[in-house]
Amino acid sequence: MSKKEFFPMDGDRTKYPEIKSDGTADIDLSSHKYIKLWHGPNHPGITGNMAVELTLCGDEVVEGITHVGYLHRGFEKLMERRKYIQNFPLVCRIAVPEPDYNEYNYATCIENLTGIDVPEKGMWLRTLTLEMARLQGFLMWIGGMAGAIGFGTVGQWANYCRDLVLDRFEELTGGRIYHIYILPGGVRNDIPEGFKDRMEKNLREIEGFMKDIRRAFFDNYVFKKRSVGVGYIDPAWVFDYGIVGPNARAAGFKHDIRKNYPYAKYAELDFEITTAKDSDIYTRAFLRFEELLKDIDLIRQILDKMPEKGDHISKVSNMMNLKIPAGETYVRSECTRGEYGYYLVADGSEYPRRVNVRGPSYTHGVALLEKMLVNVNIADVAQLMVSLHTYPPEIER
Amino acid sequence: MGTLKDILSPFSVWKQVLKEPVTIKDPLNRAGSDRYRGFHQNEIDRCIGCGTCEAICENEAIDMVGVASIASKDGDSGLRPMVDYGRCCWCALCVDVCTTGSLKLSNVYTWVDTDPDNFRFIPGIDKKPWDNAEKGYVKPDNYELYPLERVSMDHLHPEERDHSFIEIMKGYSDEEALIEADRCVSCGICTATCPAHMGIPEYIKAIRNKDVEEGLRIMYETNPLPEICGRICTHKCETVCSLGHRGDPISIRWLKRYIADQVPESAYADVLRQDSVEQNDKKIAIIGAGPAGLSAAYYLRQLGYQVKIYEKLQAAGGMMRYGIPEYRLPYDQIDKDVNYILSQGVDIQYNVEVGKDISFSDLHKQYNAVYVATGLHQGRSTRIPGTDHKSVYQAIELLRKITNNEEIEVAEKIVVIGGGNVAMDITRSLARMQKEKYGKVQIIATSLEAEGKMPADLEEIVEAREENATINPGWGPREILIENDKIKGLKVVKCLDVFDAEGRFNPSFDESEEAFFEADMVVESIGQGADLGFIAPEFMEQLEKDHRGRIMVDPLTYQSTLPWLFVGGDIIEGPDVIHGVANGHKAAKGIDLFLNK
Repeated sequence: MSKKEFFPMDGDRTKYPEIKSDGTADIDLSSHKYIKLWHGPNHPGITGNMAVELTLCGDEVVEGITHVGYLHRGFEKLMERRKYIQNFPLVCRIAVPEPDYNEYNYATCIENLTGIDVPEKGMWLRTLTLEMARLQGFLMWIGGMAGAIGFGTVGQWANYCRDLVLDRFEELTGGRIYHIYILPGGVRNDIPEGFKDRMEKNLREIEGFMKDIRRAFFDNYVFKKRSVGVGYIDPAWVFDYGIVGPNARAAGFKHDIRKNYPYAKYAELDFEITTAKDSDIYTRAFLRFEELLKDIDLIRQILDKMPEKGDHISKVSNMMNLKIPAGETYVRSECTRGEYGYYLVADGSEYPRRVNVRGPSYTHGVALLEKMLVNVNIADVAQLMVSLHTYPPEIER
Repeated sequence: MGTLKDILSPFSVWKQVLKEPVTIKDPLNRAGSDRYRGFHQNEIDRCIGCGTCEAICENEAIDMVGVASIASKDGDSGLRPMVDYGRCCWCALCVDVCTTGSLKLSNVYTWVDTDPDNFRFIPGIDKKPWDNAEKGYVKPDNYELYPLERVSMDHLHPEERDHSFIEIMKGYSDEEALIEADRCVSCGICTATCPAHMGIPEYIKAIRNKDVEEGLRIMYETNPLPEICGRICTHKCETVCSLGHRGDPISIRWLKRYIADQVPESAYADVLRQDSVEQNDKKIAIIGAGPAGLSAAYYLRQLGYQVKIYEKLQAAGGMMRYGIPEYRLPYDQIDKDVNYILSQGVDIQYNVEVGKDISFSDLHKQYNAVYVATGLHQGRSTRIPGTDHKSVYQAIELLRKITNNEEIEVAEKIVVIGGGNVAMDITRSLARMQKEKYGKVQIIATSLEAEGKMPADLEEIVEAREENATINPGWGPREILIENDKIKGLKVVKCLDVFDAEGRFNPSFDESEEAFFEADMVVESIGQGADLGFIAPEFMEQLEKDHRGRIMVDPLTYQSTLPWLFVGGDIIEGPDVIHGVANGHKAAKGIDLFLNK
């Protein structure tokens, strides 16, 4: 596909607005050529609670400014005022749809700095929850993606499928959304009897729905017409903008933390990194769909390989009094949006000195989005945002 | 990009029209999973109100509140957790950390109520629809947020110790103390129960902070005998320790000893140095240099009073020195604590018996207040036939002679009557001496109480047996058989019960079941009494006494009905060291209150 095909109206696009010598757009609202339009914070086409202040020229976006702060709860600061163990109910709220990555990263930070071991089965169970989190995260995302361009029914199917995974989460961890399952030393509870069979039943049902979703959504002339060639991410931006996960892989970057820096039990699992080339909304959407199907396969592999017996958590010192010697560590893992990282600095006290959360949404949802919004049609703003897969709480942690 | 397939394909999913709707038909009646973290349940009788759930709750959703139907007592704060569902996030860390395992989350998760106040409630007390729900989240068995096993202490093995008086317990190493101190959840149930209300969680925290000097300062706020109490305290704190409900209680006593052991005597003055105390010229006489007398002396000096102790024996310590054998409490450790107290400017006169060398009324005249803490040094006799024989001894007298290095009779076969700690002390002391003298141990300790009901600490009984002493409980002594002026042994009958239906001491026996313990020597150790003969009759008459003839004192100040006379130590409560320390401290405050009225 040629560049011309990606940008069919290329050429005249730079006319409005004119770019000033300092690189910013010269937008004169009194000229009546432009209109300001707030997209969000309450809008079905926005992912979570954030807003984009759009400047339109006709139906074309000439400038987009992201506004966050609707969700700011100061997680990182709050964590400095709580004992290490008390932060587990807190960290999961940093990425609501995928709390497990926060739990895993945070717990692993503590383990790295204290030398707590995780037993074999505990590690398998962690891997299981991480993959289940990816699966339900993608399912929710498909719902959002379809909903953003009016495919409400597909959204309902996807969310039903997600509910099936949440049922299994509920059974395994005791919670549907906030699992608080991964703790230093392993996981909180062993796998219930018959879990594998029930999971398999759910996975089959999900696969059935995925076949329909593929027919109804991905093999769909309307969706293709709306998404192919729209929302192009230039591979040259990947490093400049810190683009990770499916957004980078759809631009041809073979980068997946699970494979490049294997953690948990991923080294023992059989899978390949999914990549694509075209880097538009459709490519990213389809790549996520493929990853979703791979997650189903990975969950099967994990349940097959998980040992039946063994401790799910190791013996730990008193978590109420846990002090971590001065030091720092960075732990990363591959969530649905890409590299999710926790940087933890300990100062020898019972409280973390600093926790920095590297959520992929931060780069995707602010800098990259603002860049990509320019020259996009107003009707494509919602699907463009969803195609970047951002979670605002991750930006405002 | 578009093909005919892309136009037709979406129509293939029309089959979904025929399927059931995917939404849940009745979300209110969908049961939560077996381990769902729903609404709180608390087994109110099992809960001890330790407040660990409140401490771990990161949302501050739990408040410990008083409950009308539950009174506070030793081991139970009387408080119960109140949960605020405006704050709770159902993480269930409160369940995981619960020391008794009383807290659970049911799998019920729907609840409609029109009154917002109802969403702050005390689980188990305020009735809720889910109170009887059986399923829900309970802490998994093989996962703990804190270790439940105690760090054991290195000690001499029976064959190393059964012939010597070297201290058995070797004390914690730095590493062991840190691990043990780490287990504490700082609930403070121990502090409430300790007669002296020592700042236990605080000094344990000092160990975790590797600041033993701070730990020593905290201990001296409430107890000036840490080396001693760190070895032989009756540790009521450990009995009630919240961790003891599901695991081993924290080794509070050994941790106390660890702190005191780490600070050398020479450093005490520096570590415990305090701003100069304003001195006054009021004089207080203390009779008896036991734990209560020493404690009162220390805290009176802290208040600036001029203190003089009159001690009947050659050295200070009272029953701690003359009752407790050296293998449990070495004399140099007693000296360490005593020396520091005396170094605070306490005047002490040994070998002075009040009532004989100095009269009680003289003390009244010379001093502004008098504190009597003479303890229980008079052994009681069973008064069975034969107790007047010369080879029948009182345990307390023998222990005193052993401390004083006086020659005592050690027969080849000995019977000890008594099942308390003093009986174990004399049994184990004599066993050591038999081992030394005869190369073997032939000593039997017998008590009215049956196995498992003996008042002695279990570890004392176990260790005595390890040292080859025979403990044969559940017998009532009947007669000491004497032939040719020589003891042949003790005749006993089976004791069925020590107490009657009303709980009073009234042993019942099965006379048909007899036994005979061969012995050349008998030691009686069935309790001690106070000898208050030194208090002149004119004062004794003015003292209010209870129905058993014991002196009554104000429970807060230990002041008797003679305003200038304060009484404490084992005479009033205990008998043990920590009660003495506690009431000595209270008496010091009481004397201060009396003299500054």
